Amino acid sequence: MSKRTQHEHVHGMSGSIVTVRGVSRVFGSTLALDNVDLDIAPGEFVALLGRSGSGKSTLLRTLAGLDSPSTGSVEVPNERMVVFQEPRLLPWKTAIENVQLGLQGRARELAQAALGEVGLEHRLHAYPATLSGGEAQRAALARALVRDPKLLLLDEPFAALDALTRMRMHALIESLWQRHRLSVLLITHDVDEAILLADRALVIDRGRIIVSIAIDLPRPREPAQAGFLGLRKQLLRAIGVNFHRPELANRRVS
Amino acid sequence: MEISAPALLDGPASPLVIASARRRSRQWLRVLSPLVLLVSWQIGCSSGFISSRTLAAPSQVIASFMTLTADGSLQHHLLVSLIRVAKGMCIAVLVGGGLALLSGLSRAGEYVIDAPMQMLRTLPVLALIPFFILWFGIGEVPKVALVAVAAMFPIYLTLYSGIRGVDPKLVELATVIGLSRGALIRHVILPGALPTALVGLRYSLGISWLVLVAAEQVNATSGIGYLMNDARDFMRIDIMVVGLLIYALLGLGVDILVRWLERRLLGWRPSFINAAA
Repeated sequence: MSKRTQHEHVHGMSGSIVTVRGVSRVFGSTLALDNVDLDIAPGEFVALLGRSGSGKSTLLRTLAGLDSPSTGSVEVPNERMVVFQEPRLLPWKTAIENVQLGLQGRARELAQAALGEVGLEHRLHAYPATLSGGEAQRAALARALVRDPKLLLLDEPFAALDALTRMRMHALIESLWQRHRLSVLLITHDVDEAILLADRALVIDRGRIIVSIAIDLPRPREPAQAGFLGLRKQLLRAIGVNFHRPELANRRVS
Repeated sequence: MEISAPALLDGPASPLVIASARRRSRQWLRVLSPLVLLVSWQIGCSSGFISSRTLAAPSQVIASFMTLTADGSLQHHLLVSLIRVAKGMCIAVLVGGGLALLSGLSRAGEYVIDAPMQMLRTLPVLALIPFFILWFGIGEVPKVALVAVAAMFPIYLTLYSGIRGVDPKLVELATVIGLSRGALIRHVILPGALPTALVGLRYSLGISWLVLVAAEQVNATSGIGYLMNDARDFMRIDIMVVGLLIYALLGLGVDILVRWLERRLLGWRPSFINAAA
């Protein structure tokens, strides 16, 4: 807990764990991020929605330290982890070796516990090639969690999974987030996913965050819940899907 | 139509059984065709259809193999050749591997090393024999050096391209989880380059024998190449065929060795996992 207090001291003034001010990113002649401001509170779950090429991945990579902004300032905790759309497990290491890679001290015990937490205690010594898509993504989650991050960045981690596996992963993410009191930034193009999981949904378009909607439905959520459809319409409209033509509104935005 | 499960099981043979039986009979064919060749070779020689000045009969080859083994000369020559290849390969792995690491892992290394290596690798190595005799004399050094030079290039090329071919997404992941540069090389880059590098090792071992035969036919007093060259001078076609046989067996041995290495080192690959299951 002492780590947490220290952290709050550093970001004491704003009270947020992530502070982005006036960040722009230029690639050649395209403006991927255009003067972006963003705050994420400790323990907050934020979903970032946008079409392909809207700049959402660039923003995540900036927060992950994998890309530097052309202008502006970014304040993020050092204890941050990313889970990508592909699990990115080293194929020559078993699940547990992947999770404990680079850890010091009681690495093996910690890795085993983390894999247990995501429900993979029976696949500790399996090679990634023998894991299903969902199992591999859970191993990737365990690898992130075992490093005890304050900020978890999720880059469309469920996009490649089948619908049933995705629903299970939603439940898993929500419970891990609640138990570890993490801040989460989830990038997605699935409006339902955002409403199911997030405290706040942002919509990014052409490098600008154009909408921020608080989602205060009681948890656990489900699509049949009161208020769900209203939020869905609101977000789809923000992304630019014309919901007067239902065949478009029902599709996931990509 | 109604088919009961027991009827299916009790049927003459399930498709699976038939398939595996067929595969077994095909494996028979694999052994059969060399046998037929061998037998017709023997018949051809015994009947005088193949002149003894063209090719020795298998029976004769086996007899001289026995004689050469009995007086220990075959073992001696084989050992000499094996030591030369082993020394040459050690140098090739160290130098070729070291250069590949330097140019694979740093831009500066690539600029300095890669261009000359790419130029040198196109030289026909055997054309270097006169130079090596000039520089290193006629002892062991030029033979080992020739093996080393020839075997170095496949190792360099495959390890270098293996390193450069490692999935950048995995390298990025290593940055995310904060691996040090040393750990990145040890856990991500080298294992990622290994499958390609092992192909290079296999090439190198093959080439090293090829080059050694040529080297041992010039100014050598021992080794399999010398044995064959000497036999040619005395028209001992049987011993020359024994030499060829040894090379074939060595080639086979090298292949088994590298396959064993691959199974041990690349056990994580889906193909190996499926084969083990």
